[in-house]
Amino acid sequence: MCQVEEDYNGLECNQEKIPVSGLNRKCMKCKEGTAVLIIRVSDAFCRSCFKEYFIHKFRAMLGKNRVIFPQEKVLLAVSGGAASCTMLSQVQEGLSRDAPKKLRFMPGIVYIDDGGACGRSEDERQTSISQLKNIFTQTGFPYFIVPLEKVFSLPTSVLVPGTSDPDPSNPCYKQAVDKYLKEKQKLREEEAVCAVAQLNLEDSAYLPEHKLALQRLFSSLKTLSAKQEMLQTLRQHLILHVARENSYSKVMMGESCSRLAVKLLSNIALGRGAALASDTGFSDPRFGDVVIVRPMRDYSSKEITFYNRMFHVPSVFIPGLDTKSHDKASIQRLTESFVTNLQADFPSTVSTIYRTSEKLHTVRPPQSQSTEPEPASKCLLCLCALDTTADKASAFHATLISEQLSQLRLQEGSVDLVAGSSDQCCVEDQTCGTSGCCSSKRTPVQQDLKTLLCYSCRLTVKDMAAVNTLPPYILTEAEKRQRRSQMKVEISEYLLEEDQD
Amino acid sequence: MPVQCSNCEQKRAVLKRPKTGHSLCKDCFFWAFEEEIHQTITSAGLFNRGETVAIGASGGKDSTVLAHVMKLLNERYDYGLKLLLLSVDEGITGYRDDSLETVKRNQQQYELPLKIVSYEELYGWTMDAIVKQVGLKNNCTFCGVFRRQALDRGAMMLNVDKICTGHNADDVAETVLMNVLRGDIARLRRCTAISTSSEGDGAIPRCKPLKYAYEKEIVLYAYFKKLDYFSTECIYSPNAYRGHARAFLKDLESVRPSAIIDVIHSGETLSVKEGVKMPVQGTCSRCGYISSQALCKSCVLLEGLNRGLPKLGIGKHHRLHGKILAQEPLTEQEERKLKAVDF
Repeated sequence: MCQVEEDYNGLECNQEKIPVSGLNRKCMKCKEGTAVLIIRVSDAFCRSCFKEYFIHKFRAMLGKNRVIFPQEKVLLAVSGGAASCTMLSQVQEGLSRDAPKKLRFMPGIVYIDDGGACGRSEDERQTSISQLKNIFTQTGFPYFIVPLEKVFSLPTSVLVPGTSDPDPSNPCYKQAVDKYLKEKQKLREEEAVCAVAQLNLEDSAYLPEHKLALQRLFSSLKTLSAKQEMLQTLRQHLILHVARENSYSKVMMGESCSRLAVKLLSNIALGRGAALASDTGFSDPRFGDVVIVRPMRDYSSKEITFYNRMFHVPSVFIPGLDTKSHDKASIQRLTESFVTNLQADFPSTVSTIYRTSEKLHTVRPPQSQSTEPEPASKCLLCLCALDTTADKASAFHATLISEQLSQLRLQEGSVDLVAGSSDQCCVEDQTCGTSGCCSSKRTPVQQDLKTLLCYSCRLTVKDMAAVNTLPPYILTEAEKRQRRSQMKVEISEYLLEEDQD
Repeated sequence: MPVQCSNCEQKRAVLKRPKTGHSLCKDCFFWAFEEEIHQTITSAGLFNRGETVAIGASGGKDSTVLAHVMKLLNERYDYGLKLLLLSVDEGITGYRDDSLETVKRNQQQYELPLKIVSYEELYGWTMDAIVKQVGLKNNCTFCGVFRRQALDRGAMMLNVDKICTGHNADDVAETVLMNVLRGDIARLRRCTAISTSSEGDGAIPRCKPLKYAYEKEIVLYAYFKKLDYFSTECIYSPNAYRGHARAFLKDLESVRPSAIIDVIHSGETLSVKEGVKMPVQGTCSRCGYISSQALCKSCVLLEGLNRGLPKLGIGKHHRLHGKILAQEPLTEQEERKLKAVDF
C-alpha cells in the first residue's frame, strides 16, 4: 500500500509543481522571507521560522509528556554526534529563556569514551575529549567524562532495578509547578551558592589491566552484531551508574526519529520484540529510579543536520565500531543501509516505522506488580522483562526443539521421550539445573548464564568465545542470582503460594 | 576429512542445516524435519481427530512439501484426519496452467482428492484480464484479495473444518517486517499467530504447520525426497513492495542465520497499547463472507473492475464507500481521479 499511495502523492505533486517553480519560494509560515530549505514534501521554511519551529518542537515534546519536574536533575548523554549536540544546544536555549517558557530542570552532561572498544589510540581519544571539553565548558553545565574501561570497577547494584517513585500524574505535576513558582524568589538567592558547589568530574584515569580486560572482552565476541549489542549494554550501565551516583533521576538520550526507526527494525531482527517499547519509546522506566527520556524523538536526522549547519552547532565526529564497515558486517549496519535506501525511494518509510513504535508497549510481568520485584525476572544484561518462558507454540520453543533434534539421536519411535525431554529442558532452564540434553556441547559457564538472559541477549552471549571475559559485576550478579534460585528450589515445598496470601 | 552426522555419528553428512548449523545425513535430516513439524502441530493443537483438512496447494515447493509431510505424519502418528487438496486458478496464462498440472500429479502421487476453484468462475475476471485494466504495478492487490476469499469459498464448498497453508518461517518473518514498514498495527498484532481464531460465523480457521521451517530446509527436503514441484515466479509481480522486505530478510539471514526465527520471536512478543483502535470482524452485506467493513475488499475491487475504474479500492476510498454500497453513479470528477493513468 505504500507503493500505491506514493503513486497518488506523486501524481498530485507533479501537478502542483508545474505552476510554482522551486526557485524563489516563500516561507510557508510567514509568507515573507525567502525559503531556504524544505523539510517535508512541501514544507518550505525561511531561516528564522525554521529556528522557531525547531526550538518549539523540543519544548513541546517535553511539555506534552510531563515527565520532568521543576528542579529535577537531568543527565544529558552526549556522544559528540549531531543529534546529541543539538539536544545539548536545545537545553541551553530552553534554560536561557524568560519565564514562563523557560525549562526548569538542572542539567548535567555525561560522555562515555568507548575508544578502547573501537580500537582508537590514546592520542585520538585525548583529542576528542579535549574538543568535547571545550563544548561542555561553554555550556556551564557540570559534566562527566567516563572511559568505557570503568565497567570493570562497577558495583553489582547497576544490574538491580531501583525502587521507582510513584508515577507522575497530572495533579502531582501541577502541584510541583505551583510549588516551584512560589519558591522562585528564594531560589534566586541560592543560585550563586549552587553554582560554586557544582563540580566538574573528569575521571578518565583507568587501570592498565582494565584496558586489557576490555580488549579481551571485545575480541572474544565473534561477530560485529554481538559487539555492537555488548557495547550498547555496557554504555547503558555506565550512564546509569553515573546518574545514580550523582542523584540524577532522568537521563536524556539524543536519539532522532531516523535513528529510532533503524533501531526498531534492527531490534526486531535481533529478537527484541518484547522490549521494543522500552528501546524506542519516549520514556524508558525499566531501571526504576532512573528514567531514560528521548526528547529528540520527533526530529529526523535531516532536520538536525540542517539546523546544525545553519546555526553552527558544534559537534565532534567520533568513529564507532561499524564505521567504514561494509553493509553486511552486522545486523545493525545492514538495517541502517536498508532503511536509508528505502527512505530515498519511499519518503514516508521512517515516519511510518516511527509511528508504529508509538503504538507498542512493554508487557508487564505479573511479578512487577508487587512492591519489590524479584531481580530474577529481569534480564541480567539489559534489565528488560524476560521473554523466554517458552510457551508451547512459539519460535523459542521451536528453536529449542531444532537444537535438540539435530544432535545425538534419541530412539526414533519414542515420541513421549522426545516430548518429555523437551519439557524437561524448558523446566530446567528456568530452575538453573544442569540438563543433560542442551548442555552437552557447551561450556558449563555459558549454560549457567543462559537462563538469566532474555532471548536477544542469549544470542549475544552465544557469540562469545569465553564468558569469563565479562566484567566482574555481571559475573558476580549472575552467581548471586543462581544461588538464590537454588535456595528457592530447595525450600520450595515449604513456601506457600502467593495466591494463598 | 569427511564430516560425520552430528545425530547418529555413523553415516556421512550430506548437508549442513541452515537453521542450526549442524551437519546431518539424509535420514537424520528427514527425521528431524518431520519431527519438528510434528512438534509444531501437537504443541499448538492445530488439529483434532476426525477433522477434514484442506491443504492449500499451488504446486510450489511449500505446498508440495506440506502435502507430503501432512500425509506422512497423518499415517505415522495417526492424527485421524481426512486430507484433501484445494487449488486456486488465477487465470495467468503460461504460469498457473503449468503449476496446476503439478498439483494434479501430486493428487495422483499422494492419492488425495483435489478441488480447483478459479477467479473466472467466482468473480468473472481472470488475472490476465485484470492486468490489462490495472497494469503491472498494483495487480498483486487484486490477486491477494481474491485468492484469500477464493480459498475460503472453496473450503466452504468442500465443507472442511480447517485450511492449512504452506507459509514457512521466511514468509512469516517477511510479513512481520512488511507490517512494520507499512505501519499496519492491526496486522502486526496477529500476523505471527500460527492459526486464525475460529470465532465468528462462516469463517474457516487456517493454520500454518510449516511456520518454523526455514525455506532453505524445505527446498533441501524436497530435493532429497525428489518431490515434484513447480518453481517459476509469478510473471505479474516483478515490482512487488514485498521484494524489499524479502531482500532485506535474506541479507539478515546471511549475517546471522537465526535472524529469521528471531524476527518471528519479536513478532510473537510484541504487544500493542490498549487505546489503539482495532478493526472488528463482521460480514459483507453484499456477498456475506467475512469482512471488517460493510462492504468487503473483494466486492469493492470487483465493483471497480466492473465499472472500468480499477483504482477504486486502491488507496483511500472511504468517502466513496457509501456510494459504492448504494450502487450509485460517481460524479465525473470522482471518475476522472480513479481512471487508470497511461504513462
